Amino acid sequence: MSKILMKIDGKEIEAEEGMTVLEAARTVGVNIPSLCHHDKLEPYGACRICTVEAQKNGRSRLVVSCVYPVEKNLEITTRSETIDRARRTILELLLSHAPDSEPLRILAAEYGADKNRFEKEPSFCIHCGLCVRYCAEIKGLHAVGFINRGSKREINFVPELVAAECWSCKECFPLCPTSALQAAYVFTAAQVSEIPVFEGDTD
Amino acid sequence: MDINKIDQIIDGHNSEASSLIQVLLEIQSENRWLPRQALERISERMDVPLSRIQHIATFYKAFSLVPKGRHEIHICMGTACHVRGAQNILNAVEDHTGIKPGETDLALKFSLETVNCLGCCALGPVIEVDGQIHGKLTPPETAEALKKYE
Amino acid sequence: MPKLNSSAELEKLREEILSGRNSNQKIITLCSGTACHATGSRAVAESIELELKNQGLSDQVIVRKTGCHGFCERGPIIVIYPEGICYLQVEPENIPEIISQTIKENKILEHLLYVDPDSEEKITKETEIPFYKNQQRLLFEANIKIDPKSIEDYLALGGYKALARAVLEMTPEQVLEEVKKANLRGRGGGGFPAGTKWEGTRNTPEETRYVIVNADEGDPGAYMDRSLLEGNPHSVLEGLAIGAYTVGAREGYIYVRQEYPLAVENIDVAIKQAEEKGFLGKNILGSDFDFTVKVHQGAGAFVCGESTALMTALEGRTGEPRPKYIRSNIKGLWDKPTVLNNVETWANVPLIINNGADWFSSYGTETSKGTKIFSLVGKINNTGLVEVPMGMSLRDIIFKVGGGIRGGKQFKAVQTGGPSGGCLPEHLLDLEVGFDELTQAGSMMGSGGMIVMDEDTCMVDVARYFLDFLTDESCGKCVPCREGVKQMLETLTDITDGRGQEGHLEQLEDLGELAREVALCALGQTAPNPFLSTLKYFRDEYEAHIKEKRCPALYCRELIDYYIDPEKCQACQACLKKCPADAIIGGKKTIHVIDQEKCTKCNTCFEVCPSRFSAVKKISGEPVPPPIPEEERTIVRGSKEK
Repeated sequence: MSKILMKIDGKEIEAEEGMTVLEAARTVGVNIPSLCHHDKLEPYGACRICTVEAQKNGRSRLVVSCVYPVEKNLEITTRSETIDRARRTILELLLSHAPDSEPLRILAAEYGADKNRFEKEPSFCIHCGLCVRYCAEIKGLHAVGFINRGSKREINFVPELVAAECWSCKECFPLCPTSALQAAYVFTAAQVSEIPVFEGDTD
Repeated sequence: MDINKIDQIIDGHNSEASSLIQVLLEIQSENRWLPRQALERISERMDVPLSRIQHIATFYKAFSLVPKGRHEIHICMGTACHVRGAQNILNAVEDHTGIKPGETDLALKFSLETVNCLGCCALGPVIEVDGQIHGKLTPPETAEALKKYE
Repeated sequence: MPKLNSSAELEKLREEILSGRNSNQKIITLCSGTACHATGSRAVAESIELELKNQGLSDQVIVRKTGCHGFCERGPIIVIYPEGICYLQVEPENIPEIISQTIKENKILEHLLYVDPDSEEKITKETEIPFYKNQQRLLFEANIKIDPKSIEDYLALGGYKALARAVLEMTPEQVLEEVKKANLRGRGGGGFPAGTKWEGTRNTPEETRYVIVNADEGDPGAYMDRSLLEGNPHSVLEGLAIGAYTVGAREGYIYVRQEYPLAVENIDVAIKQAEEKGFLGKNILGSDFDFTVKVHQGAGAFVCGESTALMTALEGRTGEPRPKYIRSNIKGLWDKPTVLNNVETWANVPLIINNGADWFSSYGTETSKGTKIFSLVGKINNTGLVEVPMGMSLRDIIFKVGGGIRGGKQFKAVQTGGPSGGCLPEHLLDLEVGFDELTQAGSMMGSGGMIVMDEDTCMVDVARYFLDFLTDESCGKCVPCREGVKQMLETLTDITDGRGQEGHLEQLEDLGELAREVALCALGQTAPNPFLSTLKYFRDEYEAHIKEKRCPALYCRELIDYYIDPEKCQACQACLKKCPADAIIGGKKTIHVIDQEKCTKCNTCFEVCPSRFSAVKKISGEPVPPPIPEEERTIVRGSKEK
């Protein structure tokens, strides 16, 4: 692996070819917020909260650090008024779904996001896709997936697989930043009557 | 839907995972909707997870997971029709059929969908019923046109 | 017919086809594009066959069902050769006299000719009609001359000569140079130079490369690509094969919407014919160049028009775009270098190879060369497909070619570029149409939709309409598009429904900026454009909606009221009988009054009130006048009793 010299927040750093900007930043202790990123999973680039500014050949633009590959002489800025504004609006949009989510509340405090800016939405899910991707990429089970598109997009368990696999796994549960996953699971489990919903609930 | 027919369609595409959408389109056009049993068969035969097939079947507009009515109404909501009053036509169709876009009535008479452009903008606003175009409509004419369908 | 192995064999075949054709042959061509089918061209075609048989002319007259002629407003269109007589809005009933008079006796049927609305002069030839006369039909010219299912018709016009020249006489580098010199820019959206894209793919070390035709034409109100694919599929195939030769691809795909069944059918036939003749397949025209093409049908998702989403869909998955930090001409379909251009871009390639880059760039402006096909629709007299040189002004396109605004109304705006584009107002009518000119004005070229709007079109509603479209078509992966654009739609709906508040415009601008800068793909990044351009040019309409709860165009349902002017009502009962809500009170000789409580604002009364009375009024931002007292409603001998 060849080394790549670049700058993050004015500091010279050495990154390895093939890394993303987010990974490079974390190796040198620079924290960039993320919601849909997971070290074990393929980069996804959906929540856009890890947006940073990239300067190259005198030109600057906003890029998403979890998918943007490192390159020679790249200069990255991880905080600026523009970046913070984008992150704040993203958080406000997500808080309309999951106002009580712990990770969102911590970030909201940091970026001054107002959880009441947009009207409340009925679904908790913020579509980070952690459950879907973990189940597919790590477990190879594909028990949970997306359905529909646009604002109608939702996560959805395959009932047969819930019965066969999920009860003994549930590894995706702690990954969920909101309580949407459990809600979807309980909903599916309730449809498949022979599956116990929760321990102790088998009578 | 007959499982042999499903297999035949899958075999026609060499069971390649990349042909998944083409296979689903063929089943949709053959059967007019995608029964769960067809999705399961495809999953098994083409070695594609069911959850992925479900996403595809709900992502693309051509697919339906529920049976369609005897008559399929497509209302053009393209920009040309929109500026010529397509919204009023949609309202008239909704009033007449009692269903909203994406729905089928309980008697399985009509299914209603909006489409983005039927490509006959000279006739706008237009609706298409079972492939037949009704053009240059007003709301009263729309209701009249729909009365002809049994 | 065996495969052709050289330019000489191609030329020989062409001469054979031509020598079998008599220049005095009577030919009836009938426009059979999808739009004409909708106006009844199938019935006309059947009637022609039948009538020729009845009059004993079946073996003397050739009937050619061509693709779209473009003048959809007046379809179905018949042109009779060799004279070139053009009949418009032909119905099956007209056929017997067309055969007995025009075909047999060479008499022109005046009542089927085009009448110039200004001079009232009757025009016999298609090319003399102002709609056609002011166009420059380089790509579309062949559409009216060929049966799309006949490769002979295409070959007769010199088809596949460009492929033969490229493959047999030019190196890939030379072809690339010609395309670069012509400065052919992508006709599908952003106008990226095709040569630069091709060069990137050509220069990669990867062995496997692909070329793709993007025929997922999804812009509402645009159908240019369909007409090319339906009407002249070989021109697209020929361009694609030349591109494949240039970049070193051996496989190509045509991604076409399943909503275009006739295009799918014609392109399938064309591929088979081209394979039989040796224009596709192994050792094309005797060279060592191999190239095959497959058709993939799109299942209905606007986002698949975006190049990376299209490629994901081709791989058999949901059409979610990928981040474009590495361009798809380097890493595209199955991670291989892939050149994707739209239908019209590919169709331009044979023209450039046949006539040279200098010829091509003699049309157009400094930075936009050649012609562009527009789908000219909306509140325009001559709805249809028009091909004009780049650089023609919007005014000339709309008024000279398009014949101006329907019903003598006032022009308000023209929307270009589809949902990613914007609305341009009257003071920009003299803008020369080109990629950069449109972008600078806050819109874009896009694929060529041109929707004309008049005084009755509400610009806030137009913005709301496009955001509604995009909310439905968003793939839903990234937050700025799935959540942000949806929130923009909700705010715009609040405004058109009369719930607009101070701060709404700022919120829309904020969300628009987020989508533009942070969304994953072009769909999300350009989603704010319809809002931003209408706000830029029609801010007063937004303010009227928000501050006065008034819709100046009298369109937004929640902001208007219907009212019958008692001075004008003649108690004809047209509205009373048609009102679906029974909201009209009145009767014979009794002036009608709308019950505002019951009125659903469906517009029916407004539509049916005879124009000589024009008694039904729409009002906005003002109170409805009180109903005329019951005792004053009786009409005596046409005048009102006081």
